[in-house]
Amino acid sequence: MVDTSVILSGIKLDNPIIPASGTFGYGYEFAALYDINCLGTFSFKGTTHAPRFGNPTPRIAEAPSGLLNAVGLQNPGAEKVAAEELPKLRQVFHKPVMANISGFSVEEYAETCALLDKEEQVGWLEVNISCPNVHNGGMSFGTSPDAAAEVTRAVKAVTTKPVYMKLSPNVTDIAAIAKACEDAGADGVSLINTLLSMRINLKNRKPLLANGTGGLSGPAVFPVAVRMVYQVYEAVKIPVIGMGGVSSAEDVIEMMLAGASAVEVGAANLVNPFACRDIVRDLPEVMEKYGIKNLSEIIGGAHNG
Amino acid sequence: MTQGIYRVEYNRALAPGVWELRLSGDTSALTAPGQFINIKLDGFYLRRPISVCDWDGEGITVIYKVVGKGTAALSSVEPGQDLDILCGLGNGFDVSKCGRRTLAIGGGAGVPPMYALAKALLAAGKTPIAILGFNKKDEVFYEDRFRALGVETAVTTADGSHGQKGFVTDALPETYDFYCACGPIPMLKAVYDAAPTSGLLSFEERMGCGFGACMGCTCKTKYGNKRICKDGPVLEKEEVIW
Repeated sequence: MVDTSVILSGIKLDNPIIPASGTFGYGYEFAALYDINCLGTFSFKGTTHAPRFGNPTPRIAEAPSGLLNAVGLQNPGAEKVAAEELPKLRQVFHKPVMANISGFSVEEYAETCALLDKEEQVGWLEVNISCPNVHNGGMSFGTSPDAAAEVTRAVKAVTTKPVYMKLSPNVTDIAAIAKACEDAGADGVSLINTLLSMRINLKNRKPLLANGTGGLSGPAVFPVAVRMVYQVYEAVKIPVIGMGGVSSAEDVIEMMLAGASAVEVGAANLVNPFACRDIVRDLPEVMEKYGIKNLSEIIGGAHNG
Repeated sequence: MTQGIYRVEYNRALAPGVWELRLSGDTSALTAPGQFINIKLDGFYLRRPISVCDWDGEGITVIYKVVGKGTAALSSVEPGQDLDILCGLGNGFDVSKCGRRTLAIGGGAGVPPMYALAKALLAAGKTPIAILGFNKKDEVFYEDRFRALGVETAVTTADGSHGQKGFVTDALPETYDFYCACGPIPMLKAVYDAAPTSGLLSFEERMGCGFGACMGCTCKTKYGNKRICKDGPVLEKEEVIW
C-alpha cells in the first residue's frame, strides 16, 4: 500500500488533489456526479466582499491545448457565501475546505478574510492576488512584491488560519513575489494563476472575449507552471501549492517533484467533470510504477542537493 | 448528466453547411426537449455543445450548422467512430408549462430542438404548430419530418424562395395560447415583441464546461443571474432582459 497523504500547514490531506478555484463552484455541482470526499480538499469559487456579476459574455475562448477565460470573479459576495453556499457545501463535503478570496483594496481583502475566517469548515485561506480579469484590483496586487506583502500582512492580522497567497505568472520574477509573501508572514503560496492572453476573431477583427484579454489555462501552461513552482520552491521555505494545466496523476507527481506540497487541478474539471476523481483513483498505481511509497517524500525531489 | 461513449451511426449533410448526426448510446439523462449534449473532439480542448433534435431508447439525433473549426471537425466524423459525450445537459422546454395550442418556432440552427418539442407536445395531448424560418430554399430542412408527425407546419424564407416570404413572425397564426422558440437573438426578440402570450425561449452562449461549473455563460435575468448551460438554455419569457 502506498501513502498518498500530504500535510498542508498542519492539516492532513488524504491525497494532494485539490480542484482549483473557479472550476469547481462551491462543490455541489460535482457532488451530484461523484463523492467529492475522495478529494484532498477543494478551493471554492473566488469570493469578494460584495456580489459581482463579472464580465460580459463571451467569457470563454478555445486555445491550443487550453482555454481562455474572462469570467471576472462572478460570485454572490462573502456574506451570501457564508449564509447560503457553505451550508450547502457542508452537506456534501466533510473535510476542511479552502476559501479563495479576492479583493480590490487591501482593506477589502482583510474584511473578506475576516468574514470567512469565522467559518468552521474553512481550513485555509487562499488569497488571490493574481486574477487577470478584473480591473483596478486582482492581479495588480500580485505583480509587485511590496503590494503582495501588504495584502499578506493585512490578511494575516485578521485570521489564525493558514494563509496561502495565490500568485500570478504575469511577472518577471515570481520567486521575488513569493519571497515577499513569505517575509510578510504567508503560510504558503499557490501558483500559477492564468496567463494573460488574447484571441482575435478573423471575421469581425475583434478580440473573441468581450473583456478583450483573458487568462490562459489548461495543458498549454503546464510546463510554465512546473518551471515557476521549481523556481519558487528554491526561493522560499513555506509550502508551495502547484497548479497550471495538471490533467493526470503523472502531472501531479511532476508538479510535486518540482516542489509542490499539494496540487490543484483547474481546467481539466471543465472538460472532464470526473477528472479529479480519476486522478485520485490513478495516483496509487502511478506511484507504484515510479517506485514511490510515500508521496510526501517526493516533494521537491527534482532539486539536486 | 451522464458521461459516455457514443457510436456514430451516420453523419450526413441535410442542407449546405447543415449536418444530421445520429449517435447510439445511453439516453437516460435526457429528460426534456431543448437539452443539449457536449461533444469532445480530437484536436480541441473544450467540448462542443449541440442541441438535441430527437432521441429514443437507442440513441440521439443532433443537427448542427458548421460555423467554425469545431463544427467543421464534427462534420468529418465517420460512422463507427466513438465520441466522448456529456449527455442530458441544461434545462429544456417544460411541456407542462405549454398551452393547448403551442407554437414551436425555430429559426435556422434553432429548428432541431423544435422537433423533439413537437413530439413531446403531441405525447402530452397538446397541439403543436411548427413555424420554421430559413434564409432561402436550399437551407430548408426537416419540413417533411414535421409534417410527417401530423403537425401543422409553416415555413418562411427571408427571400421568399420557399414557403411564405418573410420571417417567422409573419407566420404567426390567429389562435394560440403559448409559444416556444429557438433561434438567433434577433428572431427571439422579434417573437417576444410580436407574440402576446406567455412563452419559453432558448438562448445560445459560448460555454466553457456546459454543466454549470465555470460561470462562463452567465446572463442577467429578472429572476437573477442564470447560467445558460445549467439554468438555461431555456428561459421564461417573463424573466428575459434584452
